[in-house]
Amino acid sequence: MKPVNVIITKVVDETPTIRTFFFDTSFELIPGRFVMVWIRGVDEIPMALSYENAITVQKVGPATSALFELEECDSFGIRGPYGTGFEIKNGSIMLIAGGVGAAPLAPLAEKISSNGAKITTLLGARTRDELLFRERFESVGELKVATDDGSEGEHGYVTELLEAQENHDQIYCCGPEIMMKKVLDIVEPSRTQLSLHRYIKCGIGICGACCVDGLRVCRDGPVFSGDVLKKTEFGVFRRNECGERVRV
Amino acid sequence: MLSLTLTGLKLENPLMLAAGIMGTTGGSLKRIAECGAGAVVTKSIGLEPKNGHSNPSMVEVDCGFLNAMGLPNPSYKNFQDEIDTARKGSVPVIASIFGGFADEFSEIAKALDADAFELNVSCPHAHGYGTDIGTDPELVEDITHAVKKATSAPVWVKLTPNVTDIKSTGLAAQRGGADAVVAINTVRGMAIDIETGCPILGNRFGGLSGRAIKPVAIKCVFDLYEVLDIPVIGVGGISDWRDAVEFMMAGARAVQIGSAVGENINIFQDISPCMEAFMAEKQWTLDDIYGMAHEV
Repeated sequence: MKPVNVIITKVVDETPTIRTFFFDTSFELIPGRFVMVWIRGVDEIPMALSYENAITVQKVGPATSALFELEECDSFGIRGPYGTGFEIKNGSIMLIAGGVGAAPLAPLAEKISSNGAKITTLLGARTRDELLFRERFESVGELKVATDDGSEGEHGYVTELLEAQENHDQIYCCGPEIMMKKVLDIVEPSRTQLSLHRYIKCGIGICGACCVDGLRVCRDGPVFSGDVLKKTEFGVFRRNECGERVRV
Repeated sequence: MLSLTLTGLKLENPLMLAAGIMGTTGGSLKRIAECGAGAVVTKSIGLEPKNGHSNPSMVEVDCGFLNAMGLPNPSYKNFQDEIDTARKGSVPVIASIFGGFADEFSEIAKALDADAFELNVSCPHAHGYGTDIGTDPELVEDITHAVKKATSAPVWVKLTPNVTDIKSTGLAAQRGGADAVVAINTVRGMAIDIETGCPILGNRFGGLSGRAIKPVAIKCVFDLYEVLDIPVIGVGGISDWRDAVEFMMAGARAVQIGSAVGENINIFQDISPCMEAFMAEKQWTLDDIYGMAHEV
């Protein structure tokens, strides 16, 4: 598909560095799938849908900075959604979100909550002001918080809230790769689904730029089971823009 | 039934992964080998690390895909490990390489250990590389000759369809000592966003691949077969076994598959048994269908 033109209807400041851009078009929201967001003349970047008609973005580089310049009535292009989403499970569910990694987990929380699952969320951020979507997680279950600077909740990484004997039917995780690797080292990998971030070019499984070993993040992922990732370079190496292997 | 020897390389089947598809990591090349490809071709590798064009670098259009990746690669200095990993897939690994001059091509070919080299003189959207040199028969001959001197591995030359007469560049490659030619690379193309008038690709224009270019590729292979003594490898828009057979009837000894891998990563193992069943029913061998369209 060619990019669909969407017009911004509302911009919400979620944290000092994170904004949600609502637009005039709704997409089928399968939590974990992503769209390619085209900021014309600048770049095209992968983003999870945080609502069926919104993306939630942290300002981290040139493309997201250009996006932050946009206001209500401005437009950008979207193609997708692409990739595989989270597989929905029921029972006792744990969500582990780090930073803007909460963006795909919030709609997931709402979806599994409507199925009657019991949800515990571990939400981590650099500081209190950067905790994303805490109300959305609180409204569907128990919320535990960790901040790097100790301004709220546990002082340290969100993984410190995690106990070795966590006994959940399914754990869903999205956040910085180092944090996800730590999670994977603690939990039962076969009952854990993780959403990966990689440099994505084509978005449709052709070019191979986003591969983690042989797995295409854009097509086979971005959500993978922990036991699949355990056998790969996940958490150790990633590829930079030219395809060179670099340490995570 | 489908095995063959191509420029000295033994292939279990004539279906190869095309350059630029799943070819950045050794792990992805190995995966395609394990999915039944007869050989795999790497992403095009150059002298220095290169990030490529800004996104969008690929977009789906009617009947195909437009791309302008811009030759992103980690440089040959960081690529031997990937080739070695890819070789664990137990099929020949062909290194696609590019440069601006004959010396650059030969420096890379000298340094890399691969089962064959495919010279990319046909990328349509990287200034100073690819089509910029691949439309000049003299340069194609010089580059091919230089690489032949630099390596004992077989050398294939991938040709661009963006010329008036592909036979002249094919003949130039043959004069330079090429062991085979590969036809075709993508067809120059462009797409524009009508909401704003903005060209969609980051590079503004790019190359068209997929179903739309198959008839163009078939004609190029047909023409090259007529004039060349070296084998022609067909590529462009193959998405099922019938397409592969059609390319062989036009004169391709083997074929490469690119864009269709995105939709079906198991395409190689899907095509092989269908081709075998078709040939068995017709009581044909690969040799029988090879160039058949020239004899009827």
